[in-house]
Amino acid sequence: MTWTIAIMAGVLFGTGTYLVLQKLLSRIIVGLGLIAHGANLILLGSGGEPAEPPIIEAGTVGTYSDPLEQALVLTAIVITFGITALLLALAFRSWTEQGSDGVEDDTEDRRIARAVLRR
Amino acid sequence: MSTMATLPIVIPLAAAAMTLIVQRSLKAERVIGIAASIASVAVAIWLLVTVDQDGAIVVAIGGWAAPVGISLVADRLAVLLLATSAVALLAVLIYAVSQKSTDEELRGFHAVYQMLAAGVALALLTGDLFTLFVAFEIMLTASYVLLTHRAGGTETRAALTYVVIGLVASALLLTAIGLIYAVTGTVNLADLTVKLDAVPGGLRAGLGWLLFMVFGIKAAIFPLFFWLPDSYPLAPTPVTALFAGLLTKIGVYAIIRTQTLLFPSDGPVTLMLVIAGLTMIVGVLGAIAQKDIKRILSFHIVSQIGYMIMGLGFFTVAGVAAAIVFVVHQIIVKASLFLVGGLVESSEGTGAIDAVNGVARRSPWIAALFLPSALSLAGFPPFSGFVGKLALVEAGFGVGSWAVVGVSLLASVLTVFSMTKIWGGVFWGKPKDGSPFPVARGMAVATASLVAVGLIIAVGAQPLVEYAERAAVDLMAEGTYRGLVMGVQG
Repeated sequence: MTWTIAIMAGVLFGTGTYLVLQKLLSRIIVGLGLIAHGANLILLGSGGEPAEPPIIEAGTVGTYSDPLEQALVLTAIVITFGITALLLALAFRSWTEQGSDGVEDDTEDRRIARAVLRR
Repeated sequence: MSTMATLPIVIPLAAAAMTLIVQRSLKAERVIGIAASIASVAVAIWLLVTVDQDGAIVVAIGGWAAPVGISLVADRLAVLLLATSAVALLAVLIYAVSQKSTDEELRGFHAVYQMLAAGVALALLTGDLFTLFVAFEIMLTASYVLLTHRAGGTETRAALTYVVIGLVASALLLTAIGLIYAVTGTVNLADLTVKLDAVPGGLRAGLGWLLFMVFGIKAAIFPLFFWLPDSYPLAPTPVTALFAGLLTKIGVYAIIRTQTLLFPSDGPVTLMLVIAGLTMIVGVLGAIAQKDIKRILSFHIVSQIGYMIMGLGFFTVAGVAAAIVFVVHQIIVKASLFLVGGLVESSEGTGAIDAVNGVARRSPWIAALFLPSALSLAGFPPFSGFVGKLALVEAGFGVGSWAVVGVSLLASVLTVFSMTKIWGGVFWGKPKDGSPFPVARGMAVATASLVAVGLIIAVGAQPLVEYAERAAVDLMAEGTYRGLVMGVQG
């Protein structure tokens, strides 16, 4: 894996994690997108150094880049794209129904907080 | 022969496409959906018998032999869980169709349902790490749609947690696959068994625990379970029952498969046993604190996952066999408990323990369906839960892991306590006035047949345990899986 790809993936994972931990749903979704990009980059980098296109012609010998991980990453991109689209639709519905984009506290946390306040 | 092993995936996929074509007629959709589910059960049972007699069936898709192509491997473990999940899928589908509101409110319910079935089958049968990822995505995307289709404002928000967690887990799984491919140059499970041996110990352990964590999120082990009790109870009953019975167990299956195959250990794995113990205790304590049938049962899902991880953590044939028996028992019993919870909600209008009283008097038949499943979950003899727990305890004694066995027995006692809470709150007490709402006959029949399957498992415990032991021997013997998969042409 080349350093550029490794560092890029690290930056994407770091920024993505920061955004996912925010309280606004729109930021969480952007963060998820970044994490997914980071994962895709790692997958893309897993095939080794870039080299010749893997089209093997008769009688030639050379170094070819690995085509498998490119096929894998295409599949992964399509899947994450689809789910992110679904997530955006859900976020839109949640926004139209509730009028806010914030993420609520955990149900159990709220129950415990209420129980403490009552005491 | 080899075509049969692809049918569990092909039948639901074809049925999903067909229901989309005929979606003007709900009746036609239902006929296709139920027919496909019945066919899946038949194929799965045929595979169950054939694979046990003649050995595993391996298919190299597209005629590309492993490790270049993608393999489907129908070995004992895969077909056992395939048959169990097919039965659960059929029973839940009949319940959903009888409840009417489920498939009337979501256009395309049957297509999504069959896609989920296809995803489950592919996850069980695949012999390829990346295809496993794809199978999980098919399964999860279908589950996102099923979970959110009826949700209002608050439910959508809770369901979003589920989707977000699912997406994070998928990204991590993808990362794990990328890293494994980077160090070994293959994603074929059979090929990886050998190639991972050449990887330095620390890196290998890191990859193993990364995979364990990723599938642990899907299986809802401690401390990665917080998404489950908030999201599952929101869905319509049949959907919750299906999720509770199947989805987390497929995560457990992936853990068992990858850990036994790729990261075998010579003795008990302490970290795994600690996680198992914490999962059991925290799950059951969470259940005790709840006041709603579905929420209690949701926390129990978490608690019971701990038992399966414990069986795997022993890393002996007996331990893995016990874990397999426990998974089979849980798929059936958990789904039937949620269906019974749904029956209570349908006939009383709510599932809150405080609001419902005296169901045993008002609808004795619901109580009769609840009791065997609840006792089975708590591990009373002669029910199926007892068989699983006894096997687990024996396996634990076999390796001398006294502490975690003690924790599991404590968790069992607490399970009994929380079940008596449902029983005392919902089924006993003074019945309120007025008669219960009518319940569709199909819902009752579907629930009763699933409870009956649970009882059959208990009666036929001996063959099941022996089958699971043979499956565990296959899993634990080094090189068996590789020998099966490599060199199979077309």
